Amino acid sequence: MDTLLEPFAYGFFRHAIWVAMLTGGLCGLVGTYVVLRGMSYIGHGLSHAIFGGAAAAFALNANFYAGAFIWGFVAAVLINGVSRRRTIGADAAIGVITSASFAIGIAIISVAGGFTRNFEAALFGNVLGVSLGDVIIVGVVAVITGMIVFLRYRPLLFTTFDPEVAEVSGVSTMWIDLILAMVLASTITVTMNVVGVMLIAAVLVIPPVIARLLTDSFHRMLWISVGTGALCGFLGVYLSYYLDWSSGATVVLTAAALFVVAYVVSALRNRRAMPDVGFAVH
Amino acid sequence: MSRTCREATLPTIGTDPLPGELLALEKVTCRYGHEPVLVNIDLTVGRGDFLGVVGPSGSGKSTLLKTIAGSVRPIAGKVRRTRDLTIGYVPQVETVNWYFPVTVREAVLMARVQGRTVPWSSARERAEADEALERLGLGGLGDRHIRELSGGQQQRVFVARAMLRRPQLLLLDEPTSGVDVRTRHDVMHLIHDLHHEGLAIVLTTHDLNGIASHLPSIVCLNREVIAFGTPRQVITPDVLERTYGAPLEVLTHGGMPIVVEQYPEFDQTTGAEVVPLREGHHDHSA
Repeated sequence: MDTLLEPFAYGFFRHAIWVAMLTGGLCGLVGTYVVLRGMSYIGHGLSHAIFGGAAAAFALNANFYAGAFIWGFVAAVLINGVSRRRTIGADAAIGVITSASFAIGIAIISVAGGFTRNFEAALFGNVLGVSLGDVIIVGVVAVITGMIVFLRYRPLLFTTFDPEVAEVSGVSTMWIDLILAMVLASTITVTMNVVGVMLIAAVLVIPPVIARLLTDSFHRMLWISVGTGALCGFLGVYLSYYLDWSSGATVVLTAAALFVVAYVVSALRNRRAMPDVGFAVH
Repeated sequence: MSRTCREATLPTIGTDPLPGELLALEKVTCRYGHEPVLVNIDLTVGRGDFLGVVGPSGSGKSTLLKTIAGSVRPIAGKVRRTRDLTIGYVPQVETVNWYFPVTVREAVLMARVQGRTVPWSSARERAEADEALERLGLGGLGDRHIRELSGGQQQRVFVARAMLRRPQLLLLDEPTSGVDVRTRHDVMHLIHDLHHEGLAIVLTTHDLNGIASHLPSIVCLNREVIAFGTPRQVITPDVLERTYGAPLEVLTHGGMPIVVEQYPEFDQTTGAEVVPLREGHHDHSA
């Protein structure tokens, strides 16, 4: 038992566990809307776009989080705007805007020179290096995001399911899209130090997909996705301590393993639910 | 999502059409990009009206409904609505994401988007949703996923959602597309029942014989209003040719116009057309 609890004796590990669970839960919550809107790739794209903002903030000696958030928010709004024009789809819009933003980030770094700890963490994640301040920032964003989803649950659901009818029913879908862009940008900004730019899309997408496999109800999907995200964060960091693997990668691999389990469970359940097809003998 | 054409200034969206009218479109023009979709549309919908909109694909039927509903804003003309006009909108079932994780009750309760702030529904809201489902023959199906229903039941879920808004005007976009004859009858019976209760209804349809010819009035649309009137006035070879751009034969059976689609016949060996298209208006009344 002492061996199992051994890592919790270290302060850095307790911070890591908390921040990984908060990150998993937060990404599970926001990711539900991302996945159901068919924009799974936006997590990957925005995390790259935000890197441009982080680099600009670094070059201007501005706050890392502020630079990354503003850049990410603008990129999300641009993606929304461009994809609404019917000639360009959301996937193409994400590809153009986010890769251009990432390239700007790299260009700025090459001119300004020098990686800092923040940049290494942004690219590859460094959950074991987070401070209490980082945990609090992720916690505050998670609470605010939870409150936004709680207070705007109905219009968010309606706009995600059927934006046209939601608009006719009095929902300002433009505002809802802006709120979602803001929430998504802030989520990626504060969590990219945990799992890193390269892996953040997986944390946004896999928990909601697992939840979708396990339920046909929207509110249950939200709860399962948040719970699964938090569980992946906990298990991933905990296992990484013993396996001595990269913690961000272990979180993602845990989520992938849980996806396989959920996929098998869902397939077996659907098979059982299917009517027996065969020749009736009278 | 509101789509506004950028090339022109916004039109007046006013209130107070003439007494007895729910809304009026005056010289309304809509475009997507540079492509005109509706041109100079004049149309009024009164209380208790039942109007069918027919026309070929791309003629602007759905855009007309969305303009009436307010989700598409015209680039020219005026849309006048009575104060506090509540509209129920039933989209084409083809546009619905049937894999979205919502139960039938969750889908219907979306109509209460302007209700309580908290996510969960009140007992009263759930009771109202169940009552609407019961009334539309969907009682006991509230906990099912929307994909598990038949085509007609799926259509009725969205009618139930629209009805939960207690609308004065119900808009239905192709309510019978992709359903079998029996389901089409059921859906149309339901819509007629709602009309008899005083609801104004505007629907779009491709089905001239099964739906349009049974409605009190029809608009033939092909970017502009080609004709407006009762089925007997509107379903004529001349109007249909101007609407669809192809010759269509119209028979009359028991006083009802029946549209017959004509295809040329070809000689099996030479491939030449052997039967020319017939034209005209024949009376096959018994």
